[in-house]
Amino acid sequence: MRPFLALIERELKALFYSPVAYVVLGAFFLLTGLNFYSVVSAFSRGPAGVTLVEAYFNTIVFWFALLPVFPLLTMRLYAEEFRLGTWELLQTAPVRDWQIVLAKFLGVFCFYLLLWIPTTLYFAVFQWVTREDAAQALGAYGGSFLLILLMGAFFLSLGALCSALTSSQIVAWVTSFAVIVAVFFTGFLGYVVPNISQNLRDIVAYFSTAEHMYEFTRGLIDTRPLVYYLSLTVLLQFLTFLVLQSRRWRR
Amino acid sequence: MIEVEQLTKEYAGQAAVRGVSFKVGRGEIVGFLGPNGAGKSTTMRILACYLPATSGRARVAGFDVFEQSLEVRRRLGYLPENVPIPAELRVDEYLSYRAALRGLSGNRARARVAAAKEQCALGDVGRRIIGQLSKGYRQRVGLADALLHEPDLLILDEPTIGLDPEQIAQVRDLIRSLGERHTVLLSTHILPEVEAVCSRVIIIHRGRIAAQGTPAELTEQAHAATHIRIEAKPPAGAVDAAALLAALPGVEAVERVTGGAGEWRHFELRAAAGMDPREEVFRLASARGWTLREVSRRQPSLEEVFVRIIHSGEGEVNRES
Repeated sequence: MRPFLALIERELKALFYSPVAYVVLGAFFLLTGLNFYSVVSAFSRGPAGVTLVEAYFNTIVFWFALLPVFPLLTMRLYAEEFRLGTWELLQTAPVRDWQIVLAKFLGVFCFYLLLWIPTTLYFAVFQWVTREDAAQALGAYGGSFLLILLMGAFFLSLGALCSALTSSQIVAWVTSFAVIVAVFFTGFLGYVVPNISQNLRDIVAYFSTAEHMYEFTRGLIDTRPLVYYLSLTVLLQFLTFLVLQSRRWRR
Repeated sequence: MIEVEQLTKEYAGQAAVRGVSFKVGRGEIVGFLGPNGAGKSTTMRILACYLPATSGRARVAGFDVFEQSLEVRRRLGYLPENVPIPAELRVDEYLSYRAALRGLSGNRARARVAAAKEQCALGDVGRRIIGQLSKGYRQRVGLADALLHEPDLLILDEPTIGLDPEQIAQVRDLIRSLGERHTVLLSTHILPEVEAVCSRVIIIHRGRIAAQGTPAELTEQAHAATHIRIEAKPPAGAVDAAALLAALPGVEAVERVTGGAGEWRHFELRAAAGMDPREEVFRLASARGWTLREVSRRQPSLEEVFVRIIHSGEGEVNRES
């Protein structure tokens, strides 16, 4: 257990000792702050048909701020260690590959949690100032954050896999961002392609992250997306493990 | 401590190590010697469980490096070439992290970090950031890391590369002192290093072991000759001094002569194997009335042995192909 905790700690330190972490935190806080400001100012102009939580999580600004964060956090996970050669010292220490995979994921996931501190504060401040509920029910709060966590775990795992496949952080960022954007926009296929059949439209809707967010922020907690993100996270972590194992043989 | 049998490693069909076998006993300091690209690093990486071998077996402390890799890694301190350690951490931070990776915690971890720093003379740089340290200090941080868990075996890949002469001397002293408690396998392509530190040498060339033994045994094996250097002034009009020297028992040949009759002359003799003809030289000189200024013996250096072995090895390779 001690080696495992040391690995997680090392991962967090690596993030905080590089400027990337602060740039990501700063930019994300700025953009979500703007997002909050624009939503609240729209509310103040007249009655709105949605709650704050619904409006906040379903804007274009929100997604634009969030999606690039995943590859930025994960790009250095493995690629940097391969490039610097520190991987050799890690691989010759008495730790197992699955411990490394899991520790790296948990380290970056802990950092991801930090991103959401201001957002929870926004909702609290809104309720305190306006004496209005920010969401329809407690379930809408819980659902929103549950989805944020699971979707985050999935996208971070995607980024980790891309990082394990290269020794260049830039390549890791570009490939993982491309895949994440592709996954995200699959959900919009129904709107983009006009002559799509209804069946296909329904199937694609299952994969739509934006659609999931829309439902969860209204308090509709559907188990299907939960299973979807959780199972893909596990699968991607396992693939990362396999990539690292095969790396031993390719050298 | 190390048993290697018929170890072979191929990279994309290219053999880097071909059928290498050797043993290293507990408490030995063994030098792995060879030109760049001879297969030293590859062999060491296999022993350190970083690379899997293509075929053959390697065991460390009785554990197979592939089948029981974790057991091997627990007993092994490894310093890779160029010491890849994270630049952003402080020395203390890095060493405590590495101690934790080895499962050390609490007081035990703190004590081991302090002891390793003491051993490697890192006492005053604990708070410094690794990236700002000189190469010599970084090397010592790498060594301290390898020592943290008091491993049975230390594998050091080019531990003195890129250091200045003073730092090299320090690292050598350190390695020599480590040899008292640990088994050490170190690689180098610097010959004096081996003579200074190692009790045994394995010369590896083109992925094969070209020779192994103590430096003295290797000298014998390579049939490298002892040379005698003489500086003398034979009287004017004396008969050919070189011919007289060549006729002495135990002298194989006179290899070099300078100067003419009546002045100071240098002679270089090659002694027959196992012979020391210096006494004969003295008797000859006194009988013929030569004034002697120098009679000295030069043992073949490991360098000559090395060059000889590498060249004879190349001959074999050429004959094969």
